[in-house]
Amino acid sequence: MSAAQISLTGTMESSTRKSGLKKVADLFESIMGGVFSLCGFLAVGFVLLITGFLIVSGVPAIKEIGIIDFLFGTKWASTAAEPAYGILPFITTSVFGTAGAIVIGVPIGLMCAIFLAKMSGDKTASAVRSAVDLLSGIPSVVYGLVGMIIIVPCVREVFDLPDGANLFSAIIVLAVMILPSVISVSETAIRAVPKEYEEASLALGATKTETVFKAVVPAAKSGIVTAVVLGIGRAIGEAMAVMMVAGNVANMPGLFKSVRFLTTAVASEMSYSSGLQRQALFSIALVLFVFIMAINIILNIAVKRKKD
Amino acid sequence: MKKIIGIISAAALITAMAAGCGGAGSDTAKTSGGKTASVSTDGSTSMEKVIGYLSESYMADNSGTKVTYNPTGSGAGIQAVSEGRCDIGLSSRDLKEEEAAKLKGTVVAIDGIAVIVNPENPVSDLTIEQIGSIYTGEITNWSQIGGNDVPIVLIGREAASGTRDGFESITKTEDKCKYNQELTSTGDVVQTVSSNPGAIGYASLASVKDNVKAVEVEGVKPTTETIQSGEYKIQRDFVFVTKKDEQLSEAAQAFFEYATSEKADSVIEKAGAVPVKR
Repeated sequence: MSAAQISLTGTMESSTRKSGLKKVADLFESIMGGVFSLCGFLAVGFVLLITGFLIVSGVPAIKEIGIIDFLFGTKWASTAAEPAYGILPFITTSVFGTAGAIVIGVPIGLMCAIFLAKMSGDKTASAVRSAVDLLSGIPSVVYGLVGMIIIVPCVREVFDLPDGANLFSAIIVLAVMILPSVISVSETAIRAVPKEYEEASLALGATKTETVFKAVVPAAKSGIVTAVVLGIGRAIGEAMAVMMVAGNVANMPGLFKSVRFLTTAVASEMSYSSGLQRQALFSIALVLFVFIMAINIILNIAVKRKKD
Repeated sequence: MKKIIGIISAAALITAMAAGCGGAGSDTAKTSGGKTASVSTDGSTSMEKVIGYLSESYMADNSGTKVTYNPTGSGAGIQAVSEGRCDIGLSSRDLKEEEAAKLKGTVVAIDGIAVIVNPENPVSDLTIEQIGSIYTGEITNWSQIGGNDVPIVLIGREAASGTRDGFESITKTEDKCKYNQELTSTGDVVQTVSSNPGAIGYASLASVKDNVKAVEVEGVKPTTETIQSGEYKIQRDFVFVTKKDEQLSEAAQAFFEYATSEKADSVIEKAGAVPVKR
């Protein structure tokens, strides 16, 4: 074999190896493409699975009890000799509890966001921000524990009640729990307001407070609405922490009454339930799911309006 | 072409996952059909903890036996064993006369329920009748029964709890209790009673700690001894129900003997119940 021939076969070999490598790489790319799309569809699949499951397992009990009796019945006694399955106490408690948490939590969160975005120096802001981040990382059972051991006895002492486990304690715990999401979303919204707005307002002689409340906050309105809706979503879906501070008796809500939320109604009875009681718990979960879906839709509309 | 390969690989992954699940399923089928014997128990939800601890410790020593438990309620468990649908029925009440004609009840453990109050509370002795009136809301202030002028706060368990079922059936307050709080664990009840001077609650004797005070009922202090002797009234039996005229399967008999032997005493205590006196 001559040298030329050797070099020729050499190049041929390397070129086939190259195209072989390319094929392997292409195949790998396609497989990975498949894996990515599978994972993408998996997430959608879970949502569909959960929705389907809730509807299938939640509807029979509503049918059996009757939708009016179920949604507007004021008495829940699932294990009594003559069981009653009215969930109006849970619905109203969830609504009032969430509303209370928003009334207390949003002003505090909003002003904290204003402080972070406009009033504080960089160092303080970053310290406060990391504290807020930490707050969002605390597991809900810890909120519940602190609420049970500190807030419940405090509420009892301050308001001179026989017992401190009531809607008010739950509202306080929920208000603290929604702070991180309210703060971070509204801070982003406030920072996004063009600096000129503020400068113009200050140049016209407005004080800093006037500028913040009359120029900056109105301009960041849709972002703040998003923050509020996120807070509602967090508060209405919370189970563990409220279970530990709300007393869990199926009363119609009152500020200083022991109450049960939609979430805790499911969580507290699920472990031993059977028959119609169990199905009714699934129906409660379905109602909660509808609430959360509605909130998500509102959120989407709010975000879209912000973009336009 | 790329897309097709992508779809095929995705499909292959799904089938692999499905096959994985299927494989696991057939494995368990094999063991239960092969050497493993199974003992089925059915009945009282209150006995969940006791039967859970017993079967766990038994299966740890006898890996060839699988003990299953179906929480249906005492009545359903007795029904199931009389119809031969399970090996051992579990009941948290004693057998009725007509049931006892064909079935045999063996007490494996006793459930002693302590009535607890805050240590600051001067009340230390109550009758069952008083406890009943407290929980139904007829007595609302501790001063009515010789205590301080503090409103009574009723702490109980969630509707499906076995302890609540036992407490309410013994004090005859079923569905009539006016609870201030319905908590989902014994620990929560003890914690809440310990932090509220007006609170009263109930819990299995084993979980009563120093931070709360167990009151005497009809003048008897709840202890392992008074519960075993029957002097302490708020208690009920945990019963294994078997057929009189039929022999248990070998595996069921072995489990039955283990559960009623002295060896099981410490396990029963761990589960929060009181072992029977031998």
